[in-house]
Amino acid sequence: MTAALMLELRDLSKSFELHHQHGARLNVLRGLDLRLHAGECVVLSGASGAGKSTLLRVIYANYHPTFGAVHVRHDDRWIDLARATPHEVLDVRRRTLGYVSQFLRVIPRVPTLDIVAEPLLQSGVDAAAARVRAGDMLQRLNVPERLWQLPPGTFSGGEQQRVNIARGLIVPRPILLLDEPTASLDAGNRAVVAQLLQEARDAGSAVLGIFHDEDMRDRVATRLFPMQALEAA
Amino acid sequence: MSALLQVRHLSHHYGRRVGCEDVSFDLHAGELLCIVGESGSGKSTLLNTVAAQLAPTAGSVRYRQRDGAWLEIATLNEADRRRLAREEWGFVTQNPRDGLRLNVSAGANVAERLMALGVRHYSQLREIARGWLERVEIDPARIDDAPTGFSGGMQQRLQIARTLVTQPRLVFMDEPTAGLDVSVQARILDLLRRLVNELGLAAVMVTHDLAVARLLAARTMVMQGGRVVETGLTDQILDDPQHPYTQLLVSSVLTT
Repeated sequence: MTAALMLELRDLSKSFELHHQHGARLNVLRGLDLRLHAGECVVLSGASGAGKSTLLRVIYANYHPTFGAVHVRHDDRWIDLARATPHEVLDVRRRTLGYVSQFLRVIPRVPTLDIVAEPLLQSGVDAAAARVRAGDMLQRLNVPERLWQLPPGTFSGGEQQRVNIARGLIVPRPILLLDEPTASLDAGNRAVVAQLLQEARDAGSAVLGIFHDEDMRDRVATRLFPMQALEAA
Repeated sequence: MSALLQVRHLSHHYGRRVGCEDVSFDLHAGELLCIVGESGSGKSTLLNTVAAQLAPTAGSVRYRQRDGAWLEIATLNEADRRRLAREEWGFVTQNPRDGLRLNVSAGANVAERLMALGVRHYSQLREIARGWLERVEIDPARIDDAPTGFSGGMQQRLQIARTLVTQPRLVFMDEPTAGLDVSVQARILDLLRRLVNELGLAAVMVTHDLAVARLLAARTMVMQGGRVVETGLTDQILDDPQHPYTQLLVSSVLTT
């Protein structure tokens, strides 16, 4: 059985043009092709500066690709995010494409439980059910219940990261982009995240991620995608 | 989701001077759009022209009413424009003193717009006003106090209550947090964010503060010299700005 193709990058390039640095141009990605299928977990590998995070951000449409296409399967039709309207991108992010970064962007004054429940609310789950599921998720990630009603601004790095993962994984999405979500977690919590990713893949999600920790990488990766820094142009 | 507001090639000139020039955008139901740019970039002029407080020099603004029919704002007479502003739109000004009536009580400020919609029952008006004071975190015991005695942040929260009490579908906001202390600002932003989500409002907000745009708006327009120089997803504009002016704006933000 062949798993469904979920994401296809074709001839993707990304440069940054810095207008206020004498028009300096940074070439980060060039001519990149990648196919990602349902149920697999592809881990981007390569040294710092190879463009791994940039690639994830281009796929999430946080960065504009300079050239090439980002085809995403969205409700059984294909959308090229490089050419999609902002409203299309928002719809793809809401329902198809999840992104978990290393850092939690803190919203002042909002309690942890609500931060985690928010993506569920946006996908139409009612508030009470969303809170219950958010609590379950926080419990699994070992975030103590006494913290749930507090805003995460003052939490430790590891706690914030777990809140971020809970928020990022609470809505099952067909494609998940993970930028080192486990960087400051201990072994026990890394194992929880590995288990959550396994469950997502079993449910058919395709995962594309960056994991510097080798143990974590070996545990979750079905395939590596090696990347290299481009020569200075 | 479909458009609630369609702005096409909109310009407003002050005599020979350009306020805003050739601006087009759509706003969808439930969406908050930020207009950013520095002082004099034309963002407030644009907001006021879209909100029919200034007459367009060129271009059009169309609005889809509750009943689904499209209205061409420029063709409305003054009475219809007022009805729209009263029943379906709201406007939050930068200085709350411009949006409030300072010589009447806080409760009356909130209830007044409801009365204009025909709600007459005194105890019901008072109950709703009290509920809204609580919602914007003003002690309901202050319901009979005039807003002159309120702090700037409280006055702004009162103006927000006064504007939202009629459940408008579209709200215009001109720098609602400028001139307030940072801690007060955070509280108002959080409040706006929550109310916009709860009420499913569509809103256009002018701000010079990119952090405000990041926190509240999925989409942003960047203005310079009266024109829109960049438009798109807020995170895209802030993390990968394309236009030289946007790059300058983003790189000038102090990060903590």
